[in-house]
Amino acid sequence: MSKVETILSQLKDIAANPKKAMDDFKAETGKGAVGVMPIYAPEEMIHATGFLPMGLWGAQGKTVSKARTYLPAFACSIMQQIMELQCEGAYDDLSAVLFSVPCDTLKCLSQKWKGTSPVIVFTHPQNRGLEAANQFLVTEYELVKEQLEHYLDVKITNAALENSIAIYNENRAVMREFVKVAADYPQVIDAVSRHAVFKARQFMLKEKHTALVKELIEEVKAMPVQPWDGKKVVVTGILLEPNELLDIFNEFKLAIVDDDLAQESRQIRVDVIDGEEGPLYRMAKAWQKMYGCSVATDTKKGRGKMLINKVAQTNADAVIVAMMKFCDPEEWDYPVMYREFEEKGIKNLMIEVDQEVSSFEQVKTRLQSFVEML
Amino acid sequence: MSLTQGMKAKQLLAYYQAKNDEDARKAKERGDLVCWSASVAPPEFCITMGIEMVYPETHAAGIGAKKGAMDMLDVAERKGYNIDCCSYGRVNMGYMECLKEAAMTGVKPEVLVNSPAADVPLPDLVITCNNICNTLLKWYENLAAELDIPCIVIDVPFNHTMPIPEYAKAYIADQFRNAIAQLEVICGKPFDWKKFKEVKDQTQRSVYHWNRIADMAQYKPSPLNGFDLFNYMALIVACRSKDYAEITFKAFADELEENLKAGVYAFKGAEKTRIQWEGIAVWPHLGHTFKTLKNLGSIMTGTAYPALWDLHYDADDESLHSMAEAYTRIYINTCLSNKVEVLMGIMEKGKIDGTIYHLNRSCKLMSFLNVETAEIIKERNGKPYVSFDGDQTDPRVYSPAQYETRVQALVEMMEANMAAAE
Ligand code: SF4
Ligand code: SF4
Repeated sequence: MSKVETILSQLKDIAANPKKAMDDFKAETGKGAVGVMPIYAPEEMIHATGFLPMGLWGAQGKTVSKARTYLPAFACSIMQQIMELQCEGAYDDLSAVLFSVPCDTLKCLSQKWKGTSPVIVFTHPQNRGLEAANQFLVTEYELVKEQLEHYLDVKITNAALENSIAIYNENRAVMREFVKVAADYPQVIDAVSRHAVFKARQFMLKEKHTALVKELIEEVKAMPVQPWDGKKVVVTGILLEPNELLDIFNEFKLAIVDDDLAQESRQIRVDVIDGEEGPLYRMAKAWQKMYGCSVATDTKKGRGKMLINKVAQTNADAVIVAMMKFCDPEEWDYPVMYREFEEKGIKNLMIEVDQEVSSFEQVKTRLQSFVEML
Repeated sequence: MSLTQGMKAKQLLAYYQAKNDEDARKAKERGDLVCWSASVAPPEFCITMGIEMVYPETHAAGIGAKKGAMDMLDVAERKGYNIDCCSYGRVNMGYMECLKEAAMTGVKPEVLVNSPAADVPLPDLVITCNNICNTLLKWYENLAAELDIPCIVIDVPFNHTMPIPEYAKAYIADQFRNAIAQLEVICGKPFDWKKFKEVKDQTQRSVYHWNRIADMAQYKPSPLNGFDLFNYMALIVACRSKDYAEITFKAFADELEENLKAGVYAFKGAEKTRIQWEGIAVWPHLGHTFKTLKNLGSIMTGTAYPALWDLHYDADDESLHSMAEAYTRIYINTCLSNKVEVLMGIMEKGKIDGTIYHLNRSCKLMSFLNVETAEIIKERNGKPYVSFDGDQTDPRVYSPAQYETRVQALVEMMEANMAAAE
């Protein structure tokens, strides 16, 4: 196996076995893990406790049965899966769960955790331009911090927090670099591998992830850039899974040259800035700087323009909207983006992402005819 | 002599609803500003500035009740709106697209000509508030983008822990001041703080009489038919900062008090059971939901939804924290345990025997905690409940047969409970 293959296979293993990743971490460090509900949380704070932050992004192909009692069928697909996993006790090894509430579904879900772990809920302010919003969020973060300290029995010092912020900033920067590298080398980093690199970072300490991805980037960049005989796309949505779906991208030679997925690039879009202010304030500021996301209010509606810019920057052939089934924030963004794409003559296709399904024939047919049109 | 002299409350309701729309049309003709607003966003600032207000949720509900929703939903669907988006929002985006087309081409599109929709003008600005849902943030982002107009946001953070903390009130009050500054720029004139005080006082008088109406459901038998709250809601939403609401509600509350004294009750014949309605009304099928209950001897004497507009606050409080609190304490903007408390209070006051939960396809926030809420309440007060599938404006979701079966079952449970108690 080449070095590149070794690293990718390591990350793919972690992405595919989060439970094992957590158990290994526990065995190694004697510390536990803290769950992080989508989409945004001050993960740096968890990192500063020495516990492992674990992203909770549902599962694939699980039949929703127990969760049916508590959630009607029109709740978004990912939350159906998460509710099912809660009912099964899959999250009960977590020492706590951090829960933000930027959409109506998450507000409700934050009040009905079916597992045994304590849940720490906080609210992001949505009038994000105002300094008062930063102040509000600092207080929410202070309360999150107190609760983490209480449940995990650890003191979070400013020094530890600053160290974690630096580690996270570095990881985000490296991942932004990785996105560019993956776009230049689609022959080496295909859609499945690209996703695995992103997904693994949800289940690893970021410093370890950074080290691996840096090495990967170095190895890949040592190779010559080859011309790409397929098409290039930018993808947007909550997430684009599972591998069976990404395999279709590979089969039709659709290279993902940039993404705006909540699970992937939205996580690394903004850094916590340096400055004189305290760490919690600077972390709150990062939320103020966030853009292009359906749950971060933007009365200027910049997401479509952002995607159009991404298409221009990457020379992409099209945008693919990966629509999480029953996700109303994303569904509300769609008509405006769609109009903007059409006005600019940008080819686009919406496909549905449903974590409960295990057959992808329909998506395949749609992607196939779309590719033929490009 | 005024036009309204001698009008009964019901006539006043129709009169002022029409007049409010007319006010907006006239303002538009004069070149004055019109604002579209989320239903529980504070109107006090815009009214102080002399801006006329239009309420898309109420407007959409009216279209739904007059069986005109499908046409507007189709327009929205063609623009890419998924059926999963709240139907109030979809009806409104459909209506907005029709108006926009009319404004751009000078020709009213066919669907608009044939629509029973009340004639309201396009907005010059919009104001939204997420105290009832974050959907209203998304919907108003889109209005602002599609019409290229300013959007004022009042963000009231979800109260995951009660009581409401001071830092949340401070954040909201700061946004009030910011909204005022935005309006000063939009209107090109300074904010009139003296008038603001009058508008706040007016709002409080409207709220006072609104609460007097709801209070009448505490009597057994009840002089108030709870479904009337749904009918009168249009004014507490759209006109609470004008005297239209106050005049109408006072007249209605006075009528109800007289009826109570005279022994005239809402239910002709004896009311047998009293129910709580949890959720929004099913506007396209309002008559059916009501009559089914009536035929079984059941009257609705409690519902938290119209009580969202119990926006009492201290109008003299210059910090605006009291007003901030009023706008954020909405029960669906709070944690589950507070929601339970609020509903239990309503049940106690209305002497309720059981609850009907509207599982609303449009409204995630008012649906996804229903099971937990219902179970906790049943555990605590032993009152039975049922749930039915509906939607406040998309007529396709509701099934009359399912509703009838569920209500029948509820009535049987309530009657069995009462028999056991005797
Ligand atoms: S509705 Fe969308 S944003 Fe909200 S939890 Fe579901 S996937 Fe996430
Ligand atoms: S029906 Fe529900 S989702 Fe729609 S505007 Fe009202 S509260 Fe929001």
